[in-house]
Amino acid sequence: MSDVAVERQIDRSKMQVSKEVAIEIVNMNKWYGQFHVLRDINLTVHKGERIVIAGPSGSGKSTMIRCINRLEEHQQGSIIVDGTELTSDLKNIDKIRSEVGMCFQHFNLFPHLTILENCTLAPIWVRKVPKKEAEETAMHFLEKVKIPDQANKFPGQLSGGQQQRVAIARSLCMKPRIMLFDEPTSALDPEMIKEVLDTMIELAEEGMTMLCVTHEMGFARQVANRVIFMDQGQIVEQNEPEEFFNNPKSERTKLFLSQILGH
Amino acid sequence: MSNTLSFVRTEMLPQKTPPASSVGLQGWLRENLFSSVGNSILTLLTLGFLALILSNILPWVLFGIWDAGSLTECRAMFAERYADGREYACWAVVTDRWDQLIFGYSFGNLHEGLYWRPIVGLALILLALSPILYPNLPRGLYIATAASIFLYPWLIWGGSIWGPLTLALCIIAAVFAYRAVAKEVSSLIAIPASLLVLGVLVFFAMSPVSSGLNAVAPIELQPVPSREISGFVLSITIGIVAIVASLPIAVFLALGRQSNLFIVNKLSTGFIEIIRGVPLITLIFVATILLKYFLPSSVNLDPVVAVMVLVTLFTAAYIAEVIRGGLAALPKGQYEAADALGLTYWQAQRQIILPQALKISIPGIVSNFISVFKDTTLVSIVALNDPLGISNAIRSNSDWNGIVWELYGFIAIVFWIFCFSMSRYSMSLERKLQTGHR
Repeated sequence: MSDVAVERQIDRSKMQVSKEVAIEIVNMNKWYGQFHVLRDINLTVHKGERIVIAGPSGSGKSTMIRCINRLEEHQQGSIIVDGTELTSDLKNIDKIRSEVGMCFQHFNLFPHLTILENCTLAPIWVRKVPKKEAEETAMHFLEKVKIPDQANKFPGQLSGGQQQRVAIARSLCMKPRIMLFDEPTSALDPEMIKEVLDTMIELAEEGMTMLCVTHEMGFARQVANRVIFMDQGQIVEQNEPEEFFNNPKSERTKLFLSQILGH
Repeated sequence: MSNTLSFVRTEMLPQKTPPASSVGLQGWLRENLFSSVGNSILTLLTLGFLALILSNILPWVLFGIWDAGSLTECRAMFAERYADGREYACWAVVTDRWDQLIFGYSFGNLHEGLYWRPIVGLALILLALSPILYPNLPRGLYIATAASIFLYPWLIWGGSIWGPLTLALCIIAAVFAYRAVAKEVSSLIAIPASLLVLGVLVFFAMSPVSSGLNAVAPIELQPVPSREISGFVLSITIGIVAIVASLPIAVFLALGRQSNLFIVNKLSTGFIEIIRGVPLITLIFVATILLKYFLPSSVNLDPVVAVMVLVTLFTAAYIAEVIRGGLAALPKGQYEAADALGLTYWQAQRQIILPQALKISIPGIVSNFISVFKDTTLVSIVALNDPLGISNAIRSNSDWNGIVWELYGFIAIVFWIFCFSMSRYSMSLERKLQTGHR
């Protein structure tokens, strides 16, 4: 796919992986009715890691990261995020959700609120930050994603790329420790993919722990420190990007890579 | 250009004005009325038809007589004035009896000089609704909203002012009880605890306190029995109560029906389906007439209050389904985004889901409001005198026996003014909430 991220020199000085564990998934299983979507997932994510999750559609990659903030419920095994185990305890879930930011394929901005209100809503209601302070933080992050001048517009008046950057800013306003990206560029025109990837690269350069489900292999090569390949609800292969792309081990990975890099 | 394979545009084309025949009045006429031969014929036919109807109706309306004592007098004046043997409108019945139609018997001839009460009441209601309808107005107006809940019934039903005021005090006490318990123990226990406080106060403390206060400072209005409240005052009172009270109930019913909690879900669904499945007339009939036979004779069921409660619940069940449609129309992503940001269920509903779902539902909700306001005329089934009931009484008077169109026309126009205002308000609200998405 597009190798747009390649044009840019990436500052790896702050991209340090620490020993501290951010997310620990042990023997996690999930079913939709009779259908076994996630099978024995084991994954340890350290603080500062940038993980790209790839795989054919229906392989369970979105479902897996959606389990991390309990948008989907797992039925077996355990998920520990930042030292808190995800159970059906609503308090724990809300705590984890406020620590874990998420960006969606279709942005999911709130269309009835302005860009600024989109960004200040959760800090004001969840973190109980005073309105003025929340607005300052929001403007800070909107500047960071380079759209402070759109603050008083509504989401419907922005382009897709701008909307996705607002969605990233909205998540950052909660000062999350971990960011999840669920195919953030799949619904975008090629011209807009770059602006979103640039924002994500900047985030990586600041040392954010990131899990990205994406088909942007250029981004994976440049930014990720680990690439995970999933198929049929299982982790089939994981490796450093260099090894993963140049020297895939499993036949399934080879087939997948030949299909998405082959044209 | 078309026969060569390569083409390069060297300069971009400037904007041009559209042709004159497609803009302005000429353009509009052409596009909307005379776009083809067939449409032109239809336009002319329709105009001719309209002219035919209006040429018959307008003289009847415009040459009608406004000052006469009875239909016979009207007819004599037609013969004298126009001498063409045709009938014209006898609007004199409206000038003669408009006060009855609007204020009913209670504030009309039965009790002289009480007009001010429904007028002040209606003004109070308008003031009370203004901050809800126009959020830009000062927030202080909500005081009028709270006050009107207690003052309007006092103005209409009369009696001692201490009754409604003591009830207000009981409610304030219950709110304080809720806050105290929620702070000290938990907000879950606070709801039943505050309801208990309210119940105890209302049942045991309210009547001695209010009669005591009335003995000290008697502020009383002449009481008006429920059965005598009639005319548009009755329609508007029932209509406004039903409209204002049904919306919050409907929101909870709709959320309940969407809920994952089994019991809440089934209760809401059951309530909606039962109420929706029964005609409103049946419900009103059962509540005001049949219930009397089952309740002990000491219980005095006020027919107007019973009708209000039923009409409210009936409307709530319908609006709940409209709101459920709005909830279902929201993309799943909105719920997920709210969840992912760590908002609680109620925060997500209040800030994200309901504002959008209600916005989508505005046309359906307002159309239910309009229909319930017109359905208030059904109270004539239990011998309450809505404007239609009064019109029947007027027509059975020998002075106005034989009059039909003028009375119904007047009633229809008054209803139409109210309903059309609601419709215009809902359209302006929709425009205001339009934020350019979709």
